[in-house]
Amino acid sequence: MTDTIIETAVTNPPVAFTQEKIGWTAWLKPLSEAEFTERHYEALVDKARAQSSYFALLVRDPDILEARTKTDNDIFYNTKDGLPRAERELAATAASRLNGCILCASVHSRFASQYSKREDDVQKLLDEGVSADLGERWNAIVAASVALSATPPAFGPDHVKALRNAGLSDEEISDVIHGAAFFNWANRLMLSIGEPTPAP
Amino acid sequence: MPDTKDVIDHLLGTVPGSTADGLRSRRPVTRENAQKSWDALFAPGDTSQVTLAERFAVAAFVAAVHDDQTIAGFYADKLDGVENGSALRSTVEALGELAATKGPYGQYPDGPLTLENQEGPTLVIPEADRAVLGDRLSAALRHAHLLVFHPRDANPAALQQLLSSGWSTTGVVTLSQLVSFLAFQIRVVAGLKVLAAA
Repeated sequence: MTDTIIETAVTNPPVAFTQEKIGWTAWLKPLSEAEFTERHYEALVDKARAQSSYFALLVRDPDILEARTKTDNDIFYNTKDGLPRAERELAATAASRLNGCILCASVHSRFASQYSKREDDVQKLLDEGVSADLGERWNAIVAASVALSATPPAFGPDHVKALRNAGLSDEEISDVIHGAAFFNWANRLMLSIGEPTPAP
Repeated sequence: MPDTKDVIDHLLGTVPGSTADGLRSRRPVTRENAQKSWDALFAPGDTSQVTLAERFAVAAFVAAVHDDQTIAGFYADKLDGVENGSALRSTVEALGELAATKGPYGQYPDGPLTLENQEGPTLVIPEADRAVLGDRLSAALRHAHLLVFHPRDANPAALQQLLSSGWSTTGVVTLSQLVSFLAFQIRVVAGLKVLAAA
């Protein structure tokens, strides 16, 4: 039997970058909870994600979802050393702004604001785009994340130099690289298997 | 000492004790799960929805359009080694060269962001190449090109093309993960290479 897409007619979809909470709806059929096995729950890592249509769709291939989620969690939540969480979220927001993922940018700009307390600067990045002036350190992080997100990647020694001049250690620069690189994975999934909706 | 089977280390040319090795060693969970991601996509337990030849052909194409010849060569060699793979190699490589451009571009939904709309190409696969690749793989490469260069242009019609070409919902999930994972892997390698040398 041939599978089908889910016809969507989203009313008042989000059409601008925002730090507000918004929703998301899948274009392909998520796994229904009745179809979940132990393996599927394990692959979600966080069982509550069974309620999310995004994760319930991705869990159709549990092995890659589980490894992806653990990669994601370590890159963003493992903050015992290295780049502060706020600036990992800034890298994620910059990549999402460049690629055009309104949903990803809304989630991670909220985190960037929450951890940095620089809500206005984060909003400036969303409103003005990736060339917004956010001060030396944030400018260097955004420019590096954007250059790495280009296809082909345009990240070069000058970006490393600017990050070092702004006070980042090589370990912290590695965290910028991983945060931006990861969102080139996340943006492409979120953009291509469903679309943003108003807050549920 | 890095696991010699770690693909990112292999692509980076990481040697024990090097700068790149040091940077990766301090994030063992990331290193381990980036590799597990690779294993899930390229050494899967279940190939019923996406064949190994399809996986490596898409990977060789995605790396080629990122203009990364080391990584493209790595996946093209892998493609050679799987059932029905070697017959695809030259076509996939030629298409990768033909399709390479600069991204991201694409359209925004009606509203203030349409000022930022940027036009760019959609992949058209020549008939002779379609004959070699078949419907499924042709559709997969078109979709991979969309995801790599203009993901914000994705829409239900693009997924319908995959389904109409013989892809299942689960197969589309795996394909989408594979292309998106490569966008990550290629950037980790590119970024760490620059950092380690700077």
